[in-house]
Amino acid sequence: MAVSTVVMRALPSPGIAVSPASSSSSTLSCSRGVPLAAAAALKSHVANSSSADRVVVAVAGGCERRSSNVQFVARPKSAVRSSSCKSRLLQARAATAVEDGESEGSESGSAATIHGRCFVVGDNIDTDQIIPAEYLTLVPSKPEEYQKLGSYAMIGLPAKWGRFIEEGKSKTEYKVVIGGANFGCGSSREHAPVALGAAGVRAVVAESYARIFFRNSVATGELYPVESQGRICDENKTGDYVTVDLELGTLVNHTTGKQYALKPIGEAGPVIDAGGIFAYARKTGMIPA
Amino acid sequence: MATVATAAAAAARHNAALLVPKGDGGSLPVLDSGFFGPRVAFVPEFSPTCTQQNASVRAVMAPPQLQQQRSPASSGIVKHALTATEKILARASEKTQLVPGENVWVKADILMTHDVGAPGTIGIFKREFGKDAKVWDREKVVLIPDHYIFTADERANRNVDILREFALEQDIKYFYDIKDRSNFRANPDYKGVCHVALAQEGHCRPGEVLFGTDSHTCNAGAFGQFATGIGNTDAGFIMGTGQLLIKVPPTLRFVLDGEMPKHLLAKDLILQIIGEISVAGATYKAMEFVGSAVDKMTMEDRMTLCNMVVEAGAKNGVVPADSTTFKYLEGKTTIPYEPVSSDGAASFLQEYRFDVSKLEPVVAKPHSPDNRGLARECKDVKIDRVYIGSCTGGKTEDFLAAAQLMAISGQTVKVPTFLVPATQKVWLDLFTLPVPGAEGLTCAEVFTKAGCDTPTAPSCGACLGGPQDTYARMNEICVSTTNRNFPGRMGNKDAQIYLASPYTAAASALTGFVTDPREFLS
Repeated sequence: MAVSTVVMRALPSPGIAVSPASSSSSTLSCSRGVPLAAAAALKSHVANSSSADRVVVAVAGGCERRSSNVQFVARPKSAVRSSSCKSRLLQARAATAVEDGESEGSESGSAATIHGRCFVVGDNIDTDQIIPAEYLTLVPSKPEEYQKLGSYAMIGLPAKWGRFIEEGKSKTEYKVVIGGANFGCGSSREHAPVALGAAGVRAVVAESYARIFFRNSVATGELYPVESQGRICDENKTGDYVTVDLELGTLVNHTTGKQYALKPIGEAGPVIDAGGIFAYARKTGMIPA
Repeated sequence: MATVATAAAAAARHNAALLVPKGDGGSLPVLDSGFFGPRVAFVPEFSPTCTQQNASVRAVMAPPQLQQQRSPASSGIVKHALTATEKILARASEKTQLVPGENVWVKADILMTHDVGAPGTIGIFKREFGKDAKVWDREKVVLIPDHYIFTADERANRNVDILREFALEQDIKYFYDIKDRSNFRANPDYKGVCHVALAQEGHCRPGEVLFGTDSHTCNAGAFGQFATGIGNTDAGFIMGTGQLLIKVPPTLRFVLDGEMPKHLLAKDLILQIIGEISVAGATYKAMEFVGSAVDKMTMEDRMTLCNMVVEAGAKNGVVPADSTTFKYLEGKTTIPYEPVSSDGAASFLQEYRFDVSKLEPVVAKPHSPDNRGLARECKDVKIDRVYIGSCTGGKTEDFLAAAQLMAISGQTVKVPTFLVPATQKVWLDLFTLPVPGAEGLTCAEVFTKAGCDTPTAPSCGACLGGPQDTYARMNEICVSTTNRNFPGRMGNKDAQIYLASPYTAAASALTGFVTDPREFLS
């Protein structure tokens, strides 16, 4: 499946430039305050991407400590769903939204897509395994300590699950964690979703969650706590390449070729898209930016 | 001072007004009609199943015309039977009725945070409300350093300094400070473990709403209040506004009847229950404890029950307040309170009945609090250590129970036995209170005679591992009166922790094996 990546960046200079960086990707650059033009350019670009089955729009910049935020995906042209036009419109609107700082996008759900390797664990992965108590002296709101927390993510796991972060590295290669029941049980420590997010995890896909961990994941916007329909941790292996598509509600394991249904992320989606509850409140105009 | 207070109050109102406009000045707009504002302003508590349920979203930015759409049910004419938890949340959200699954804005009566949660919470608070922002109420934020106190770890010590800085800047009324780590007695304000301190200092009151940046905040449910653990972000939000969006939990009712056997303690009951419903059996739910056995329980017993509801995944635990509660609170608080209890016709998700006279001492075997086993069936498990401490099992009555058993036995411990009183007051009790039936000896004297370690400085200690130099940090097979036994909980992944009552812990110390207390208590 050919993937065309359109990366939107905020530029200091006005205007729009579309520069094909390579045959399979192009960079659409626009400055802040030119949302309508950006949306129009994006629409025409997508319409003209006849060679691509899938267009991924990644918005770079934005939230202070994340390098890439929201990803919007257009339906593959061959898809059964007739909402491809709507998706492109949503993309444009979403692009507008990001530039303007206001959201007219979906009030529920998320269009985020996450591609990457998965790390698989089992049931009752508690917060002491995700981030052992001795590391709780690190304060998540301090940027340097935030990064350090990430380097210790999952360090409390028993050896049987394998290494989450390679020796000498501070970030994980696994963008998705697949778990069983009651993921994140135990403590209320916000350090748990924070450590995972800081390490580079974008989503956890588990059979079920403990409530405080789930709530903290959404409030911080650190990762998408997605629920699978049924148990999937037994069928996926650490290292498998997966795609989590929140709009379609699927997890596709490219290594095995299997696909699994996900429960809708619902109203938590826009909050995490925005980068957490305070960012969401600002974006929706609840509190002044 | 008055200027600061006025400014602070004004700031709090400003902060709150930003997020929760009052519309007609009365109660917040009601959404029984199912109307959703033009924007989903704030999301409901983020239950994974919230999309399945018809979770009513409180549209904070709803347009004024919503007021005319209020249905009769919301105007107070129709009242439904409510559980204790629902009543507390209804009152805190100024609603006459609500149902489980509903999302409501509640006013916090107390926000507690400690040295692990506070620095991050304060960081978020300042980032979101401004460097010069003031907390919504300087008398309702209680700062209790307790987790990593008696350690040389620089960051841990720095975190207590952060608490102090904030307390001074905000003129926080309740900050239980410690400066001299070499001698905890030299710190008159220092208390120790937050949940026990909250109770002892009179911050727990029936009918109130208490949030804390610690999962065992549910401990306070013993006072007939709504108490639950939250993360730094939610706490930062409360610091600025004094409110939080909460999804009303349905209630599981546990009726505990019958005569408590002399060898059984509240810890055995809660381990029994968790073993029954599993570590996720109460997820997103409230656990209510009633019955003749509960009626006879002391406040500390009730705290033990409520303390561990989080281990079953519960949102909160609650024991309706009664004369025992009122007596405990005498002299501890001057703030008036209004107790609540479940209506007779209230709906419970499920009811469990136990005849406690038929129960036996139990343990939670490695590595899960629901891995229940009878203590007598684990008698071949050789142990390396015993740990008596924590908010769960380090209260005065916990030590009295352990000392009582040891005194009756007249024997000495076969393994290192660590004693970590939860607070300064508990520590003092160990050295002053006589153990019943021990011929006037105090707990401390009984423990010394039995060969236990000297009771150490009060804090959370090794319950959760902590910095490397934490006293009694665990790497072996241990019987403990603490609350969790997941891998690595007490400092080492290979350690094996058996959760138990103080009686079982004491009995095990005396034999060097996991031991049913009936071996010593006839």
